Amino acid sequence: MSMNTQGRPTRADGAALSDTPTFTGNKALQIEEALSFEIGDVARTGVDLAEPTGGAHRLGGLHRDSDIGLPGLTEPETMRHFVRLSQKNFAIDMGPFPLGSCTMKHNPRLNEKVARLPGFGDLHPLAPQSAVQGALELIDRLAFWLKELTGMPAVAMSPKAGAHGELCGMMAIKSALDARGEGSKRTRVLAPESAHGTNPATAVQCGFTVEPIPADSTGRVDLGALKEKLSDDIAGIMVTNPNTCGLFERDIRAIADAVHEAGGYFYCDGANFNAIAGKVRPGDLGIDAMHINLHKTFSTPHGGGGPGSGPTVLSDALAPFAPVPYVVHENGVFHLVETRRAAKAETSGADSMGRLTAFHGQMGMFVRALAYMMSHGVDGVRQAAEDAVLNANYVLARLKTEMTPAFDGFCMHEALFDDRFLEGTGVETIDFAKAMIDEGYHPMTMYFPLVVHGAMLIEPTESESKRELDLFCNALLSLAKRAKAGEVEPFKAAPIYAPRRRLDETAAARNPVLKWRPEAQAAE
Amino acid sequence: MSVKYTKDHEWAREDGGVYVVGISAHAAEQLGDVVFVELPEVGKTLSKGDDMAVVESVKAASDVYAPISGEIVAVNQAIADEPAKVNEDAAGAAWFVKIKPSDAGELDALMDEAAYNEFVENE
Repeated sequence: MSMNTQGRPTRADGAALSDTPTFTGNKALQIEEALSFEIGDVARTGVDLAEPTGGAHRLGGLHRDSDIGLPGLTEPETMRHFVRLSQKNFAIDMGPFPLGSCTMKHNPRLNEKVARLPGFGDLHPLAPQSAVQGALELIDRLAFWLKELTGMPAVAMSPKAGAHGELCGMMAIKSALDARGEGSKRTRVLAPESAHGTNPATAVQCGFTVEPIPADSTGRVDLGALKEKLSDDIAGIMVTNPNTCGLFERDIRAIADAVHEAGGYFYCDGANFNAIAGKVRPGDLGIDAMHINLHKTFSTPHGGGGPGSGPTVLSDALAPFAPVPYVVHENGVFHLVETRRAAKAETSGADSMGRLTAFHGQMGMFVRALAYMMSHGVDGVRQAAEDAVLNANYVLARLKTEMTPAFDGFCMHEALFDDRFLEGTGVETIDFAKAMIDEGYHPMTMYFPLVVHGAMLIEPTESESKRELDLFCNALLSLAKRAKAGEVEPFKAAPIYAPRRRLDETAAARNPVLKWRPEAQAAE
Repeated sequence: MSVKYTKDHEWAREDGGVYVVGISAHAAEQLGDVVFVELPEVGKTLSKGDDMAVVESVKAASDVYAPISGEIVAVNQAIADEPAKVNEDAAGAAWFVKIKPSDAGELDALMDEAAYNEFVENE
């Protein structure tokens, strides 16, 4: 035979070593990535441009003689740097991302394909309107469907995220009150204690004072208590529906009627519209303004993955005050109404609030959102909402054998638990959340809403299959059982397997290091 | 001198004609690690229940309300400089402000220590 002398055992031989430090600090493919300017230096570059020749300096002797001193990287170094950074980011493309209130649903690749078409991807916001008729038509078409789905007569497309949409809605309310001559009298805004923090922040930003709306024992607005707080100095209310406890506000019509009767406006935080899209039209509920998070309901990448977009639908009462610019379709041509004067002529005399942002909004998100809508159809949008609610209730039903739901009954698109099931175990919500990282999951939203002790808010979204949901539930049930069995240490030490262990949030908040300094200086 | 408590977990204790005001040890524990304290300006006049200060922990920001009406005559800069003190000694060294009351009778409506402890127990 021809003897192969290269044979060797392929099984590892020897004692199992763990936590042996490596020279580089890397752990196999988990690279300790330095900052780009720590990797680079002035002698390297990734581009090869010819030195400029000819042409005299026109700076009157003030031109720089020396190099600017910016560190450069080679092209492969640049690629590796950003790819490695991207791999450190947990993403919905890597695993379930049950962050409550954030709606981390799958972003279909079709959306991305369409958004990259040169006619959309390479647009410039100052291109002549005659050259971008298709893009304006897309904005107009998306606006049509947003109005259709919400049952509202108008929509401001330019707000660039949910909180920006809130600002748009509350500024519209302020403008409407000013137009009624009641701007200085109506200064109070009511918001539930479970509200997103942006609600009271927005109201204060618009010059209102904020008071809490008490919740009843079912986690919903206490209608009686709300009515007692209404008077002739009410500007409006801000209510999320479904609310941040994952519950539908059953009295919403009565709430709207009471607020309108008191002369106020109803702002609805539409962050959770994904639970009711295609099922309920906010316009039918008596809402005056509501932002729609395209990035949540209509699946455009957000968080670390991309910008938000928060078009805001407006009722007849608020529509005249909508911001410019907006798209108008006349005689087969799309054009932009770009100035307050032009808007005034359009709306027979009302004063637009003016411009909220430089241009027309997040065009890339508009394309993705419309692609999502058109590929799903009305029945698909409705089914997405139904499946989101079904998945959340499946998680709620499975987890309540070991964990404690904050409220009785069914939930909408997110399941809310409190920390009663951890009582006496020594394990707290934060430890439980960190232990989820070791199991390979992004933690749920924790300690929000504030009205629930040690809150854990889980939003599985419609994207997850039953298999994924079962794996997730089994992991959480196992953690809950281990906590109850007295295994405190692994929870307190968690995350054990992440590239970084438990970070000291308190130290970070008390002594924030906001400025990079060379190692030698930082050590001082 | 006895300490009086509000339902919102502030305390007030008389000290030479003014009232020293802070938040209860129970509140400090519930907040978690305090990382930021915003105090009012000396000379500011507040009504009972007005927003008086802000405490921020890793979990959330909370308003501290004035337990009695009056004028702020002193603030404890030490807790603004070192918020950790609130977790260490909320009932003592980590007082927030001193208030010169406009109506010391308002104190009567507040809870004494036993009543507050019972209130916390049942909360």
